[in-house]
Amino acid sequence: MGVEQKLGNMGVVTTTLESMVNWSRTGAMWPMLFGLACCAIEMMSAQASHYDMSRFGMELMRASPRQSDLMIVAGRVSRKMGPVLRRLYDQMPEPKWVIAMGDCASCGGVFNNYAIYQGVDEIVPVDVFVAGCPPRPEALIHGVLTVYEKVKGEKFVVPT
Amino acid sequence: MDHKLEPIVKALQDQFKATYEEFRGEVHVFLTTEQIIEALTLLRDKHEFELLSAMTAVDYYPQTSPRFHVIYQLSSLAKNVTVQLRVPVNGDQPRVPTATRVYEVANWRERELMDMFGIVAEGHPDPRKLLLPDDQEGYPLRKDFPLGYEEPQFTFNFDEIDVRKPYAKE
Amino acid sequence: MPQLEEVAIDKYKHLVSERALKGETMLLNMGPQHPSTHGVLRLLLELDGETVVNAVPEIGYLHTGIEKNMEAKTYLKAEVMTDRLDYLDTVGNNLAYCMAVEKLVDLDVPPRAQAIRVILTELQRIASHLVWIGTFGLDTGAMSMFLYAFRERELILDILELCSGQRMMTTFIRPGGLWRDVPVEFEAAVRDFIRIFPKRIDEYETLLTKNPIMLDRLLGIGKLDAATALQHGVTGPMLRASGVKWDLRKARPYMGYEQYDFDVPVRTEGDTYARYQVRVQELRETLKIVEQALNKLPMGPVRSDNRKFVTPPRSEIGVSMEALIHHFKLWTEGFPAPKASVYSAIESPRGELGVYLEGDGGPKPYRVHWRTPSFDNLSVIPKIVKGHLVADLVAILASTDIVLGDIDR
Repeated sequence: MGVEQKLGNMGVVTTTLESMVNWSRTGAMWPMLFGLACCAIEMMSAQASHYDMSRFGMELMRASPRQSDLMIVAGRVSRKMGPVLRRLYDQMPEPKWVIAMGDCASCGGVFNNYAIYQGVDEIVPVDVFVAGCPPRPEALIHGVLTVYEKVKGEKFVVPT
Repeated sequence: MDHKLEPIVKALQDQFKATYEEFRGEVHVFLTTEQIIEALTLLRDKHEFELLSAMTAVDYYPQTSPRFHVIYQLSSLAKNVTVQLRVPVNGDQPRVPTATRVYEVANWRERELMDMFGIVAEGHPDPRKLLLPDDQEGYPLRKDFPLGYEEPQFTFNFDEIDVRKPYAKE
Repeated sequence: MPQLEEVAIDKYKHLVSERALKGETMLLNMGPQHPSTHGVLRLLLELDGETVVNAVPEIGYLHTGIEKNMEAKTYLKAEVMTDRLDYLDTVGNNLAYCMAVEKLVDLDVPPRAQAIRVILTELQRIASHLVWIGTFGLDTGAMSMFLYAFRERELILDILELCSGQRMMTTFIRPGGLWRDVPVEFEAAVRDFIRIFPKRIDEYETLLTKNPIMLDRLLGIGKLDAATALQHGVTGPMLRASGVKWDLRKARPYMGYEQYDFDVPVRTEGDTYARYQVRVQELRETLKIVEQALNKLPMGPVRSDNRKFVTPPRSEIGVSMEALIHHFKLWTEGFPAPKASVYSAIESPRGELGVYLEGDGGPKPYRVHWRTPSFDNLSVIPKIVKGHLVADLVAILASTDIVLGDIDR
């Protein structure tokens, strides 16, 4: 049932403020450029013309954290890079979401040693984990759509 | 051995009394830390070895003297030959003279050695850490440094590892 | 988790000029997260207005500890980690490692496996150069170049997926041969690619080569002369653009490269435009190799017969008891390697990729060291960037074609 049936002959549709806000947030969610290693190349492939991510609202990747609301951690995070990642996450304005793309960002992946964080959720809270090494561009798009589902289900919280 | 390499190895043998061994067509020449800079200069200037392809080290841990072998892989474009020089270094206070004046690429390669093995390059112009974070203690590529292996979480030990794992706060 | 520390200038005092300490020049941090640094590279720039006086690269933000981790696995299982080093030339990394293992234990490789290895490595070289030309266009302003290059790259990734099931980290090349024989659709797919690709290269050249903006931005920028290049250990297209004709496929041929007829493009100017021209010409030459290898593809087995080191093919395991035992022992225990060391190098799209492999008589490698080309190529950047503008710095970095996975290992 589309919006037209709801309009009737008054030209007015009623909905909740939450669904309007959540729908507009998913309409043009621009990710922050955080490609670290091999997964970054698959992220670039997902952005290119064959598996177009702009269809889903991710028109371009912003390099500045102040202007983005989604951080896709694509690649392995080493001990030297950890504080940088946390600082960039802190610089992003609310509301923000994090996708851990790939096995290395989710759980350390192939590398179980002194140099790699075993999962980026040791540093930032993660919303969606996308598995694969590297995940296919379609898997990344599925991860992005899962974030959209999560955003559409968010409720407003009244600050106490 | 490649016939072009024979006079070169002979020159190294005569001047430095170096021993050598061959394996699968490669030649490895053993030198000491006092001789290495002279040997590199000789090979670069007289025998046209323009390229220092690789410089690395190996740790033979339980034996302490020598504990490390520092390896220089040299490549000659004009003659199309390669030779490998190996320098045994002791375990306590390992040091090797810097080769940056002979080949500039040794600048970064020796920083990597200092970082990962703790082999000090004497006279290096810029002895900072290259690959590791500044607060890293210990030298990772030595054999007595642990791998840092985290136990995989299976269903039977999931909860106990979960408690110990550092998760991020908001 | 350690916090980022505030760094005083004392740490870099010996690297920046006097004017920075007096405050005449500005120190700018081109940080690890930056759209034009091709990965997590940190550059500390000393700027006099827009001109770069000094550039200090700082690496290690992607240090993975691959060399130490490979010592903890057997030879066959450690190959999985080799793909992740230079993640744009994954087949080349596998080839370098397998050649080192084969040299160490003295394994033979049948001719059909050699020819297919050559085809896949050269296709991967084209894919790597395509990513380079896409990001090079992005950095110098030709943004549509990125979309064209990735469109062609999808065709190559489809071929790799046809053989091995994975787009990027294939691990198709194993010690002693290949994982399995290529499927029947392989030849048709590669011939299709060979048919359409030359016209696409012409399209890229029409867009970029005689473009006045490109010529303005690239001619005379970042000159590197041959002597400095050799002192810094630079190899690959960067060295060939400075006038030195050195290609490991011609100088020390491996995997049957001596049977194929191709040229090695060389330029003498040594600037960014020369590097661009060398790589575009390499795209054409590489296609010639793929076509010749495909035409001459011999029939035969794709794995060595030496069952002490190479697992038997799947079809044999069902019928022969010894094959099952070999398979079991090789995958659980591994094979023992002699107590010796080898160094073997191939020509990757960035330069000389070498593996120093030392065995200790056991099933695990005692020491694996990767001589990666981007490490040395990056060390020459502080020299060639002095005196240029910041925008030129971006173009020079793009033309160096570095991959941070290679550098930090």
